[in-house]
Parts: sequence; C-alpha cells; structure tokens
Amino acid sequence: MATLFQGVGAVTPFSASTSLHSNKLHLPPRKSLSLSESRGAIFVHRSDARLNLKPATPKQDLLIPNAIATKGDTSTPTKSGHELLLFEALREGLEEEMERDPRVCVMGEDVGHYGGSYKVTKGLAEKYGDLRVLDTPIAENSFTGMGIGAAMTGLRPIVEGMNMGFLLLAFNQISNNCGMLHYTSGGQFTIPIVIRGPGGVGRQLGAEHSQRLESYFQSIPGIQMVACSTPYNAKGLMKAAIRSENPVILFEHVLLYNLKERIPDEEYVLSLEEAEMVRPGEHVTILTYSRMRYHVMQAAKTLVNKGYDPEVIDIRSLKPFDLYTIGRSVKKTHRVLIVEECMRTGGIGASLTAAITENFHDYLDAPIVCLSSQDVPTPYAGTLEEWTVVQPAQIVTAVEQLCQ
Amino acid sequence: MALSRSGSKLLKPISPFFSSAPSILTRSISSSNDSITVETSIPFTAHNCEPPSRSVTTSAAELLSFFRDMALMRRMEIAADSLYKAKLIRGFCHLYDGQEAVAVGMEAAITRKDCIITAYRDHCTFLSRGGTLIEVFAELMGRRAGMSNGKGGSMHFYRKQGGFYGGHGIVGAQVPLGCGLAFAQKYSKDENVTFAMYGDDGMGTAEWRAAKSPAYYKRGDYVPGLKVDGMDAFAVKQACKFAKEHALKNGPIILEMDTYRYHGHSMSDPGSTYRTRDEISGVRQERDPIERIRKLLLSHEISTEAELKDIEKAARKEVDNAIAKAKESEMPDPSELFTNVYVKGFGVEAYGADRKELRATLP
Repeated sequence: MATLFQGVGAVTPFSASTSLHSNKLHLPPRKSLSLSESRGAIFVHRSDARLNLKPATPKQDLLIPNAIATKGDTSTPTKSGHELLLFEALREGLEEEMERDPRVCVMGEDVGHYGGSYKVTKGLAEKYGDLRVLDTPIAENSFTGMGIGAAMTGLRPIVEGMNMGFLLLAFNQISNNCGMLHYTSGGQFTIPIVIRGPGGVGRQLGAEHSQRLESYFQSIPGIQMVACSTPYNAKGLMKAAIRSENPVILFEHVLLYNLKERIPDEEYVLSLEEAEMVRPGEHVTILTYSRMRYHVMQAAKTLVNKGYDPEVIDIRSLKPFDLYTIGRSVKKTHRVLIVEECMRTGGIGASLTAAITENFHDYLDAPIVCLSSQDVPTPYAGTLEEWTVVQPAQIVTAVEQLCQ
Repeated sequence: MALSRSGSKLLKPISPFFSSAPSILTRSISSSNDSITVETSIPFTAHNCEPPSRSVTTSAAELLSFFRDMALMRRMEIAADSLYKAKLIRGFCHLYDGQEAVAVGMEAAITRKDCIITAYRDHCTFLSRGGTLIEVFAELMGRRAGMSNGKGGSMHFYRKQGGFYGGHGIVGAQVPLGCGLAFAQKYSKDENVTFAMYGDDGMGTAEWRAAKSPAYYKRGDYVPGLKVDGMDAFAVKQACKFAKEHALKNGPIILEMDTYRYHGHSMSDPGSTYRTRDEISGVRQERDPIERIRKLLLSHEISTEAELKDIEKAARKEVDNAIAKAKESEMPDPSELFTNVYVKGFGVEAYGADRKELRATLP
C-alpha cells in the first residue's frame, strides 16, 4: 500500500518568532490521492528498504540505500517523524541523494571545508571527500560552467551560489548552456544540474545581496525553477531536483533557513511541477511562494477574524506554473491575489497574472491584483527595507478591496 | 633631522583631529617639515620592473599625520565592531583594522584627482579620501546623515569629490569598473591614475585554498608587479608613488600589498578557523602599522609616549562623539525609498505594494 505524502494540512501562520511547528502528518484526503495519480513521480520508500516507483517514471539503476539511523526500520509508515530546521532538511535531502547515487556531487564557495555558508553542506565534505563536495574559488561563471560541463557527461552536480545574487555572474552559463544545450544538441545532452542558493530580501544585507533572481531567470527556456518554503518541501524539492533530468534552479530564502518543522522519517520526494495547497478557502485565491507565504498566512489569520475565507496556494513551481491547481482554485473563488517578493516589473507575479488571464479569464470576477516588492534597489536602512517588501497589512487591505 | 628635545616638551598637539581637514601641525617649530629618511622594513620584490629604493623621505609632520589617521581608523573599526555586536549595524560589516597602512600610505602618495576603487572593506579608504566619521557611522547605522543617505550600508561608501568610487559588494566586480575609471583618465589625458583594489579572498577560507597561485604580484606574467610590505605605511607610500609614475609612462602595474587584517573576513567569520590566534597576535606584535609609526616617532624624538597616548585618546573621543551624533540622525523617510532610482525629472509614478496606498512620484 503506497502512502502518499503531499503538502496538505493546515500550516500555522508565521509569527514574530522564526520557528514553525506544525504536525504535517494528516493523511491526505481522497481527492488528493487522485491528484497525485495524474501527476508524475511520487516515490515511496518502504520500511524494508525497497524503492516503490509509480508507473509514470522511468526505471533507473537504483542503489540500495544504507540504513540511516533516523529511519524507522520496523515501524509503520505513519510515525511521528523528526523535527529539524530547514537547512537541515536540505542537508538531509542532499545527503540521501548523495548516498543513493555516486554521481551526485556538490560544488560551490565554502561548501566543503567550511561546511556551507548556511550550513547546508555541513559534514558532507568529511563524509564524501573533497572532490565530491568541492570548494571552488570565487568565480561563479567558471564553476557554474564547470557544473554544466560535468552534467553533460552524466554527473549530477549541485551548484551552490552563496547568494543567488552572485549567480548573475553566471548568467551566461545558465542561460546559454544550461538552458539551451539539450535543445541545440538535438537531445543528445541532458543537463541534470541543480543550481541552488539563498536569495530574497534579508535583514539589511544591502542592495546587491537582496536580489530576487527568479524574475531574471524565468524567461530562460529549458530550465525549471522551484522555490521551497518549508522544511518539508525543501527536502522533497531538493530530492526531486536532483533526480530530475532537467536543469533545476532551487530558490531558497535567506530568512527561512531556521524554520523548524516535523518531517516524516520515511523517504519522500515531491513533484517539481506541483503547487501546494496551504489553506483551502472560498473567497479569494492568494498565490504566493517562498517567504511571502508566511506574510500571507499571517494576513490570513487577520482575514479569518474579519470573516474572509482566503485560499492560500504556495505555487512552489515558478517555471512551469501549476496551472491545474491554480485554475481549479480560480474556478472556485473567482478572485486572485498574487503576493510575491519579486519586483513588480517583470516579476513572477507579472507572468502569473498574464498566464491566469489568458487561461481563466472567464472565471475572474475582478482584475488580478499583484502585490510585489517596489521597483527599487533594496535599501540598507531598516525602515526603508521594510517598505520595499509586501507586509501583511497590505495583503489584508488588498483582499478587502478585492472582495468588495 | 630630529627636533630638539626641548621643543617637543613645550608643545602638545592641540589641533582637533578631523580627518577631513588637512592635518594641522601645531608645532610652530619650522624644522618639523624637514625631511627625515626612513627605511622600509624590507626591500621591494619586483617582477618585470625596477623596484624603487628602500629609502623614503618623510617629515615629522607626515609621521604624525600618519599616526593620527591610523589611530583614528583603528578606533573607528573597533567601534564599528561593538556597534555591530550591539545590533546597531546590521547586515554585512567588513573591518579594515590591521590594514590601515595601505589606506594612509596610498593617500600620501597620490592626489584627490586620482581615483581609488575598492571592494567592501571600504570604511577606512573612505575616511582617507576625505570622508567624515559622522557620515561613516550614520551610513553604517542606516541613518539619513550617511554618505549614501543610509540606503547603501557598509559596502556602499562613495565620495565623488574625493575620488573614491566605492564600495562594492560583489567580489571582483570593482576591477572592471576600475579599468573604466583608468580608461576615462587616459581618454581625457589628465595625467591621473586609478588604484583598483581587490583582495585575495572573499570567503572565510585560507588563501592557499582559494587561489591557484598566491604570487599575486606576478599575475600570470602579463603585467609588471611589485610586492610591498603592506603593514609599512612608508613602503606603501613609496610603492604607490612609483606605481603612479610607472602607470603614467608604461601602463598598468600590480602592487601586491602584503597586509593583514586582525578581524575575520566579516562579522560572521570568527577569523580563527583558518589561522591560529598565535598568528594574529604575532602579527600584531611584530608588524602592526601603528606601532611601527609610534616607534619611529619615539626614536626620532618627535614626540613623547604621553603625547602619542593623547593623540589616541583624542581619536577615541572623536569617534565616540561621531557615534553619538550619528545616533541622533534620524532614519530615512519612507518617501526616500523612491528617491535616486532615476535622475530627477523622470516623472514616473510608483504605486505602493497594493497599487492603492503609498503613491509617490519619483523625483
């Protein structure tokens, strides 16, 4: 019997403290079971260490993973799970994949000896060696290109940008080589690379270190983009990204690394193209991703008190959009609010607005409202920086105006 | 020629210690500007060029000004460290203490028309180019009185009239910019040069791990180079003077300043994972730039131990005053979020996050 773990369940809103406790182990209701049937790879790791594949995925040469102490050997699948922080969840996903497939390697600045500037790769260099967890000099263009070249021959590298903003220096490699090589070589080469790193507006890091690169990368054909927001989906998306044959850019957020959550002990992999229903509702669809999810959930608390019933969807997949989930929601609520951290001009919200309008125009009762960051370089001063990103109060006002 | 002993006892340095004003030497004894010859600590190592001589001419006035400026810079960086730990400075803070000789020596060799561009470890270079302490601390704390109106932060210090072009957060990004500055100088034929500074690292990692060849001054054999003891302000001064003349005649030259920072790379780097505490204290004892000047001042009998201590105390006081003033400065107004995105006159309206509130017209 396959147990499916999807991102369903109520999430407690993000409050002033940075830890998130939620018991995510509600078994999903029937309808989501059918949802997952229609989509691709959900893997289930059984307790007897065999891997169960859904028919949609190709067969792969699988290594029997070593028994890891935290995994329950003999207990039933629905255990209490273990609690960890988001960066630890990323590390767990990474480590499991490295254990599973010897072609998986990591490269980036300070990932090896130092353990990763956000501790995502801590301990991995000691375990797997200096070559598999490679410290690179500060030359983003070079080592991203190196990762892509390695991927062309069959390795599965994970390139870490110490901060997403630095990947601008590797834009040429990402756009021209990463995205295009599969196409221009007529399908001969696949680039199973994962490019990941923290981005977004942090705490007064300055303009150059608070960039949101999803808006710049979204036009590149050939790549996939996902944004994680909880430890649960961080681990699942990390594993899915590594197993994917396409180049995937995994966007993390600087302020979300210390979120705490209980995740299952069993192995699970999430779908890269799927959105996550955070809170079902009736009145308005709020689409969001990454850190803004928490601002939305905080606003949702206020909205519920005011009598509104917002449906919150964490879109997770920034390219391609999960128009299936989004469309079903729009058909139900007829009102859309997009809350994002990108800039207003040319951001993810702008593309999403266009996509929804094109596809679901008839179902909309009101124009789509898109709340984004201001089109300014992120200032250093704390008060100004707060004004740059969307705050929960603005979300509440927008929903009220939308639902008039 | 050393000053006579009686002269040094009579006068105390009473001038207020503003680094933006030229250093006013209060000693009325005219011999204070007599040249003193100092030997640099080690000879220069040259690659594809003739090294300059080890003897540097200086004067008592210059020695004192070096001491004052470096003491001020040192105090400023240490104060910034405490402010960061008190959470008044947020984000990134990269401290320059230990490297003051480079900023001060370079400044002594060039004019304000020459350009300096550097990376994120820019607090002291800004100061040496004519910045004031209040601007520094206000910017670090994100206040309006900062030189970038509080919107830049630690890594974005600039001073156009001082020829200081920043202040850059992305490692290495300032090098092509520096090339552009030099290109413009060549284009306008104004006999000035650009010093584009960059470090050997940008991580909490040791040099041997991050660089293929640590013989930076050889730089793959493309450009002549000079290796300089960066803890000796006079070596730096001599080298920069030499480099300026060389560059105006023959083109680019690399100066490898062998300097040392006492703090870690940034406030989040303890600085002890890739080097031992003994190493740090060893350098502090043997190569500290301020100590070297102090020894010179004492050995040439230009001032007494007590006077030098007074200078340091004055520096400390000045820094404290500047911090107090900077704390009084207010945070930027929310309308300033939209200022200086474009040059005045663009006239584009910017909507607030929800397209209804907070409407502002870009100036």
